[in-house]
This record gives sequence, structure tokens and C-alpha cells, in this order.
Amino acid sequence: MTISDLMLRLENVSLAHVIPFLCIGVVLLYLARTPAHHAIKSLGRVMHNALRLMARSTLLAEKKVTMRNREVLFSSGLESAERIIEREFQRVDAVIKRDLSNFPVLQRSMADQLARVEEDYHKSAELPPPSPVWIRAIEAVAKIPSDSDSSVANILAEIHKTTEHQFKHTMEEFRKVSAERHGVLNRMMPAWRKLNQTLDNMGKKFNRLQERSRIIDTRMTEYEEIRARTDKAERSLTSSSLTQFFISAFVLLIAVGGAIINFNLIALPMSEMVGGGSYIGNFKTANVAALVIILVEVAMGFYLMESLRITHLFPIIGQMDDRMRHRMIWISFTILLVLALIESSLAFMRDHIAGEIQALRQSLSGSEVETTANSWIPMVGQMTMGFILPFALTFVAIPLESFVHSTRTVLGVIVSMALRGLAFLLRLVGNIIHYLGELTVNLYDCIIFPTLYVENKIRMRRREKAADGVEPATVDVGVAVEEETR
Amino acid sequence: MKRLIGSLLLVGVLLIWGCPDTSSHSRGVFMLLDSSGTYKKELKQSEAIINYLLGTLNPGDYLAVARIDSGSFSEKDIIAKTTFDRRPSMTVRQKRQFRKNIDEFMRTAKSSSFTDIDGGILQAIDYLDEHDAGKKHILIFSDLVQDLPKGHVREKIPFKMPGYNVLALNVIKLNKDNIDPRKYYERIEKLRLRIEDGGGKLTVIKDLDRLDAILTK
Repeated sequence: MTISDLMLRLENVSLAHVIPFLCIGVVLLYLARTPAHHAIKSLGRVMHNALRLMARSTLLAEKKVTMRNREVLFSSGLESAERIIEREFQRVDAVIKRDLSNFPVLQRSMADQLARVEEDYHKSAELPPPSPVWIRAIEAVAKIPSDSDSSVANILAEIHKTTEHQFKHTMEEFRKVSAERHGVLNRMMPAWRKLNQTLDNMGKKFNRLQERSRIIDTRMTEYEEIRARTDKAERSLTSSSLTQFFISAFVLLIAVGGAIINFNLIALPMSEMVGGGSYIGNFKTANVAALVIILVEVAMGFYLMESLRITHLFPIIGQMDDRMRHRMIWISFTILLVLALIESSLAFMRDHIAGEIQALRQSLSGSEVETTANSWIPMVGQMTMGFILPFALTFVAIPLESFVHSTRTVLGVIVSMALRGLAFLLRLVGNIIHYLGELTVNLYDCIIFPTLYVENKIRMRRREKAADGVEPATVDVGVAVEEETR
Repeated sequence: MKRLIGSLLLVGVLLIWGCPDTSSHSRGVFMLLDSSGTYKKELKQSEAIINYLLGTLNPGDYLAVARIDSGSFSEKDIIAKTTFDRRPSMTVRQKRQFRKNIDEFMRTAKSSSFTDIDGGILQAIDYLDEHDAGKKHILIFSDLVQDLPKGHVREKIPFKMPGYNVLALNVIKLNKDNIDPRKYYERIEKLRLRIEDGGGKLTVIKDLDRLDAILTK
């Protein structure tokens, strides 16, 4: 029966027929008022309490999830910080091994250079030869007056001549020595420069080392904060995790795009190898085979990245000894190379088949078969893509690792938020039901208001009589129960 | 543990490679071309449909084209038939050869005195039943006016064609249909009853663009 049918029937019923039924109904409802109120209130209370309990349980679950998220976040953050610090130490180690391992040689070289410079300095400090001692004797002789004796004058002239000659000789000697000193100083220049350069290099190396140590200090501070589980560290890790999640998801989407292109490159020529009409389930065998090749390439990429210790998805590979790991690198790289070559040749075949199909379609449509100029360009392009894409897919392992790690945190945050929302919703519904129960009780009273009005009047009269000192003969049981419950 | 992993891997490999889908995904198409006197001039239009079929059928599908003449229940009436190779490059060559055979027929086709549509359908069923195609289509390019030579028995032979999809193409209206359209509808209805009694389904296609949607269903 539809609502319109019901309305139609009600329209045919006269009011005179309805009123007695309504009166009986109201009286019956009045009689059942107290238990009905109890039932409604109990139902409301039960549902309210049940929903409140559920909300509490949900909040407890949310707390547990939040705790777990915190644990996961800190443990992954700790691991990541340890890896970064380890890497920084490796870099410092490399700098020390590369630059400071030959420090004794450098020191010896510097000492040699210094000794050479010192020696040269001493050489340059040599004084010019002093004027001969007899010059003073000559001076004394030169003071003798020469006017009286011509022989004396001759002697003095000779002395003068000798002195001049000696002066010239001394000056020449001095110039020679000076030139030699300048030569020595000149020779000192490259030694000085070399020494300066060596010191500069040393300074740069120490600066680099200092820079690394500063980075390590920063990382160590972060590491200590994570270990101390501070709120700041948690906020920073959550934000970093969310950023990682979105970035890695974006890169993975790009990789999926690359895989689809790769798939389209090799699906058609694969049908030439495995047959175009065979199926596995509802999928063409050629498509499945193409997909398998791409997935194998991705798997090889994972192994390669793992063996190179770039990613840490498989602990077993990380735990292998270095010789085994190097073998794995070569094996996975060789398989990748072979697959890339296969893809390249498949791309070549695809171009050939696509060309034939296109020519057939053109001939079927009655148009002239066109030969495209430079038709080798798309062929070479496809072959190159077929060769490069497998190697490009290799790098999917890096964003995938980030995605896997960050997804744990992001999922945890989402679940936690969902639980909190659910708890709120449960509490809200519980309260709504509680107040709906009270509303229903009031509505119930509204429906039976004539009887309540009469009851109220009777009670008022009894009270008045009681106030006048007249005891009521009987006590209304319903009213008593009502008052008791109130 | 290692044995367990090994066994699981083996089972997985066997599941993927060892159990290929047994149901056939190939399509079998048998096209009947009416070459009777009144309809022969329409044959040129059938070339477009054959070209369309050659363009859309895939490796592993079956295609045969036969003519409807005085007695069509005969292999001699098959103009060209082929099972497309699993390799796409080979399929392209087969399609070229098929097209050549059809061109040759179009050049040399002679009109027949009678029209044995039921015989052609029986021949098509015979051919398609022989090939294990997943989807079977019979395309009838005719005005559906059957005119049998004396002595040929067709009406009493029921069609056994469960799952067959029969497409009547280019069912032109004749002059007598214009005078009394009931004859046109009776023709179609009669064929429909025969086909549906055999378990098949008849679709009359006036707009050839619908062919694509029906064949790829």
C-alpha cells in the first residue's frame, strides 16, 4: 500500500467515526504512560551509552594507532638519520683518506721548501767584501804633504791611482755580489709561491673537513632530538614524510606513464612472437608477455639498485658479502642490458608491422599508399626509447622505497584521523538519540494532553482539600508511581 | 621452507603458463553475396563491407565470402576463405591476397537465374561449425528474396545455429514491396523465424555504421 492509497482511504473516513477511536487511544496511552516513558528513556539511555562506549573504544584505538604511528615515524626517522650520519662519516673518511693520508709527505715537502728558502735567505744575507785593510795605511800616507818633495808627489799619485783602481775593483765586486744576492732572492720566489699554494690547499682541505663536521653536528642534533622523541622532531618527521609521499607518488605516476609507453612499444611485436590470437584468461598472451617483460625489467632494476646499496628494500641483498653483491650487480645489469636490446629490436619490428598494417588500411580504403619522407626517424626514435626505457624504469626503485616508507606514516595519519572522526560521529549520534528519547517522551505527553490536563485538575483539587484539612479517601496509584519515579 | 616456496613458485608458473584459456576468442565471419539478376548491381557496395572486415579482423580469426546463386549449398560458391595467421605480418599478406580474390570475383561475376539463400546459410553453418570460432557471424548481403530452382529442398531443413549472429545487410525494398510493404516485412520475418528456431539471432542493418558496434560485441 502506498502513502497516496492510505491518504485516499483516510479521506473516505468520516470524523464521527474517528473521534471515539481517538479518545480510546488517548486513554490507553495515558494508562500506559509511565511504562512507555520508562521504555523510551531506557532505549535512549541504552543506545546513548552503547554509542558512548563505542566512541570511547574508537578513541582508545585512535590513541593506539597514534602511538604506533609515532613509533613507526621515530624508528624510520632514526634509521634514516643513522644512514645519513653514516654516509657523512664515510665522506669524512674519504676526505681524510684522500687529502690527509699524504700529510707526512706534504709536511716533508714543506720542510724541504722551508729549508731551501732559509738557505737562500742566508745566502742573500751575505755582505759585500770589505775594503782592504791597507786602505787605512794609504789614507795615512795620503795625508803626508806632497809640496816639498816630488818623489812623495809621485808616490801619492801612484797611491791615488792604486786607490782608484782598488775602488773600481771593489765596486765591481759589490755589484757582482749584489747581483748574486738578487739571483738568490729571485730563486726563492717559486719556493715561496709553492709554499703559499701548499698552505692554501691545506687550508681548503681543512675548511672542507670543517664543513663536513658542521653537517655532522647538525645531523647529530637532529638524531638526538629523534632519540629524545621531542614534539619538534615528530612534526618535522611527519611533514617530511608527507612531502616524501606526494613527491614519490608523483614520480611513480611518471614511471607508470613510462611503463605504459613501453608496453605499447612492445605489445604489438610480441604478438608476432607469441601469436596474436592466443589468450590467457581474458587477456591477450602478447599483452601479458609484454607486461611480464616490463615487470622483469622493473624487478631487475630493484635488484640492481639494491645491490648498489642505493635502496634498502631487501635486507637479504644488503646482508650479502661484497663479492656476492658485485656478482649480483653484474648479473642484474647484464639481464637488463639483454632486455633493453630485446626491446629495441621489438621496437624495430613494431615499426615494420605498423607500417604494413597502415599500408593495408590505405589500400583497403582505396587511397594511394604514401611513403613518409625520413621514415627512419620514428624507427630510430622507437628503438632508442625501447633501449632507454628499461634503464629508466630501473630508477623506479628509489621513489618506490620512499613511497613504501612514507605510506606507512600517511596511512597511519589517515586511519588516526578517520578514527577520531568516527568517535566524534558516534558521540554525536549517541547524544542525538538521547535527546530524541526525551523529545519522544514530551511528544507522547503532547498527544495525551487532555488526560494530563484532567489529572492535573484533580490533583490540584486534592491538594486544595488537603490544605483545607480534609484527607483524600483514596490515592491514585498512577500518580503515586509517577511521583515516585520523579 | 625452501621447498614450500619452490612448490608455490612452480604452481604459480603452471597456473600462468600451463593453463591457457580454453574458450576461443577468435571470430568467424561468413559473408554471403547475392548475385541474382535483380541484385547483382548492388554487389559493388559489398566491397566496402569486405574491406571493413579485412581491416578489423585480427590474427586467428576466420573469414569466408561466398556467393548466393541458383544452388548455394556448395563449396564451389565460396569465393575466398582464409584463417588468419597468428602472426600479424602474415595476416597482412593474407588480407592482401584475399582482397585480390574478391577483386577478381567482382570483375568476373555473372548473375544467376535463381537465389538460394537457405542453401547459402546452410553452407555458412557448415563452414563455421568446422572452425572453432568463439563468435560466429553470418553476413547476408541480399534482398532476401528466395527463388529456388525446381526440385531443390530447403524449407524442411532446419538451421542448427546456436549462438550465431546473422546480419542482413542492404535489404533493399523492391518495386512490389512498395505496392505492398507487408511482403518486405514478411520476407524478413520468415528468415528471422527460421534463424531463431535454430538458436541464432537475426539483425537487419540498414545503416552500415552500426556494423562496427555489432561485430565488436
